[in-house]
Amino acid sequence: MTAVLDMVGVSKSYGDGAGTVLALHDADLTVLAGELVAIMGPSGSGKSTLLTIAGTLEQTTSGTVVVDGHDVSSMSPNDRSRLRRRSVGYVFQDFNLLSGLTAAENVAMPLELDGTRAKPARVAALQVLDELGLGDRADRFPDELSGGERQRVAIGRAVVGDRRLLLADEPTGALDSVNGESVMRLVRAACKRGVAGVVVTHDAQLASWADRVVFLRDGRIVDQSLPAAGPESLLTGSIDR
Amino acid sequence: MVIRHALLALLSEGPKHGFQLAQEFAAGTGEMWPLNTGQVYTTLQRLDRDGLVDTDGAESGTQTTYVITDEGRSELETWLRRPPDTTHPPRDELVIKVLVALRLPGVDASELTQVYRRHVVEAMQQYTRLKEDAPEDDIGLLLVADAEIYRLDAIVRWLDAAEARIRRLPPNDWRPATPIRQPRRARVGSIR
Repeated sequence: MTAVLDMVGVSKSYGDGAGTVLALHDADLTVLAGELVAIMGPSGSGKSTLLTIAGTLEQTTSGTVVVDGHDVSSMSPNDRSRLRRRSVGYVFQDFNLLSGLTAAENVAMPLELDGTRAKPARVAALQVLDELGLGDRADRFPDELSGGERQRVAIGRAVVGDRRLLLADEPTGALDSVNGESVMRLVRAACKRGVAGVVVTHDAQLASWADRVVFLRDGRIVDQSLPAAGPESLLTGSIDR
Repeated sequence: MVIRHALLALLSEGPKHGFQLAQEFAAGTGEMWPLNTGQVYTTLQRLDRDGLVDTDGAESGTQTTYVITDEGRSELETWLRRPPDTTHPPRDELVIKVLVALRLPGVDASELTQVYRRHVVEAMQQYTRLKEDAPEDDIGLLLVADAEIYRLDAIVRWLDAAEARIRRLPPNDWRPATPIRQPRRARVGSIR
């Protein structure tokens, strides 16, 4: 499997002099195609900074970031935004759908921004919505959809086209447990089709959907879980209560 | 106690013999809680002694068949309606370990919380994988996996809260986060 995201020695500081805040310190993170990685840490641990840098929305102070084979630091702002439109999809806690556009128009938008004509963009959007079980909701507006449906539309928008990297910030935070679980099943399904996924969260249940959990403290990666062993190792012993 | 009432519940569906009860108990929990046949027979003997089950005299092969009595049905109903006891938690090994760590010189209690957190999260990953792969209609397995995930999640939340408290202690008492050397793989599922 190839690395879709490769961050090496990435640091990010804000401000200067005595007021400098080091948000991220010497972080290394590689995410392969087909892999889902969770970044887990408390508020202020640097996980959102890591996600915005991975998504090329912010530049590093030092270190290199390679997204889908492109070294982000040597790219012009225009090339970076093209890479972002074509290769990177985002899912946020509060969905961030455009309220004046239907579900299908929201999903088609990144394709149209990238120059795809309206008709093929709509065809692609409808296909994605169908795969997410939202075929009959395509022409509804966000405020006509439930929270779980809105987040599924947001996932559709994040994976439509040939997007390689799916970045999610607390994607189940606003949902109940049943909808949260179905959202994570869809994220896993996208990864199984070859997308590289990164979710940042403080929630261990959400993180437990990942193949690997990376723990962040004070802007440093301090630890990571070993890849999950097969569930058969849980089937041990009898209860003696 | 749980096995006792689980067997009464299975017998409330009709007469059954011990081996069958052991198999149905395991199947009903998605094979997560296997019971050995010895435990089943010991429990059945006690239920018989207490008048909650009866042997119906009919032998199926060499196996004794058990039936639930009226007293057994009434005991099952009383047990089911009584909320589980949550008022007297046992002394928690995890809490004691963190308390001990705070007193021992040279031990970074904050770092220790991360060692425990990783171990618990790895167990959660396994239960989540189990849930992901489970057939949608295997309600026993899904409920047992959910129960374990929520139980483990509560441990992670406590660890997060504990670490936040420890880090608010005066500066002499804690050091900033440092990378943790991974020990060899610990056995998952043993934190109780």
